[in-house]
Amino acid sequence: MFSTFELDALKEIGNIGAGNAATALSVMLSQKVQMKIPEVKVLPFDEVSKSVGGPENPVTGIFLRVEGDLGFNILFIIQAGDTLNLLKIILRESKEVLELTAMEESALKELGNIIASAFIAALSDFTKLALRISVPSLAIDMAGAILSFPLSLYGCMGDTAFLMETEFEEGLDGVKVHFYLIPDDDKSFSTLLKTIGVRSFDGDNSRGDGGI
Amino acid sequence: MGMGEYKTAKAPALLVSLGLGSCVGVALYDSTRKIGGLAHVMLPDSSLSGKKDFNPGKFADTAIDLLVVELEKAGANSKKLIAKIAGGSQMFQVKSDNSIMKIGKRNVEAVKMKLAKMKIDIVAEDVEGNYGRTIEFCCNTGKLTVKTIGHGIKIL
Repeated sequence: MFSTFELDALKEIGNIGAGNAATALSVMLSQKVQMKIPEVKVLPFDEVSKSVGGPENPVTGIFLRVEGDLGFNILFIIQAGDTLNLLKIILRESKEVLELTAMEESALKELGNIIASAFIAALSDFTKLALRISVPSLAIDMAGAILSFPLSLYGCMGDTAFLMETEFEEGLDGVKVHFYLIPDDDKSFSTLLKTIGVRSFDGDNSRGDGGI
Repeated sequence: MGMGEYKTAKAPALLVSLGLGSCVGVALYDSTRKIGGLAHVMLPDSSLSGKKDFNPGKFADTAIDLLVVELEKAGANSKKLIAKIAGGSQMFQVKSDNSIMKIGKRNVEAVKMKLAKMKIDIVAEDVEGNYGRTIEFCCNTGKLTVKTIGHGIKIL
């Protein structure tokens, strides 16, 4: 469905967005933020939760919906210990259990909002596509349950998960923020590729493997 | 069992699905023969599929049909089946015109409609809400155990 060249182009788009997002995060936290080069992955649905500790691992999920010329979902996953460390950095408070006050939830949602908005702003600048982003929504629960929502939405299209993944690693405490960009369907990424002139034809995914 | 899978087993086996969110676990059971089946449904209807060859285990309508066929193959009497269902949460609150965003609720409705059409009684359910569930179906007792983070354990 996508050639190696096209996947590289998608990765580069991801890189531009994530670079901008890392800068925004760095300003918010007043700390150096390291970012992994985004990867475009095709995985069986159940493999996705493995990278965040397995389907039953308690994690914080922050979800944002992107609509407009493209439809996709942005999901941040932060493991329990990392969530607490992150709160220490943002709010200068330390706590042991993952039960958040309204203030703490709000701080984490704002973090998601800043990263996602910076990502979308860079994407929109680069492609001239009109994109709008929803307010963030937060949940603390099993990783499998949190991932099931955006993965199911993509499941209309494919039998495997197709996503872009990157990690933001905060300098001092090694806090990792997993970032997933999951398109509604393969058309979202095709449109993106067409916009930047990498693809000239309409993608028609007739194979049963969810793309690529 | 993973997303979009369905399986059958005989006593004393346990059928387990970890971390259900918007997905619905559909357990079917023939108590006389102690044969059970579990489907991990992701989406309400196969008409949503973007293409013709898709994994039928993902959709409520096709997965339940296939699970019943598998149960019959394993020796269960399809007229004696009862159902227990769990899952279908709305993990995130999203404002959108797109009704697919309420996927948990739609999954539950689709599963109930399909089971009603097949005249399989739902004897117990633990559905919707905004939290994840791990489910274990015991083929010996026919009990469905639902575990959560912060919302306790239920035995259906």
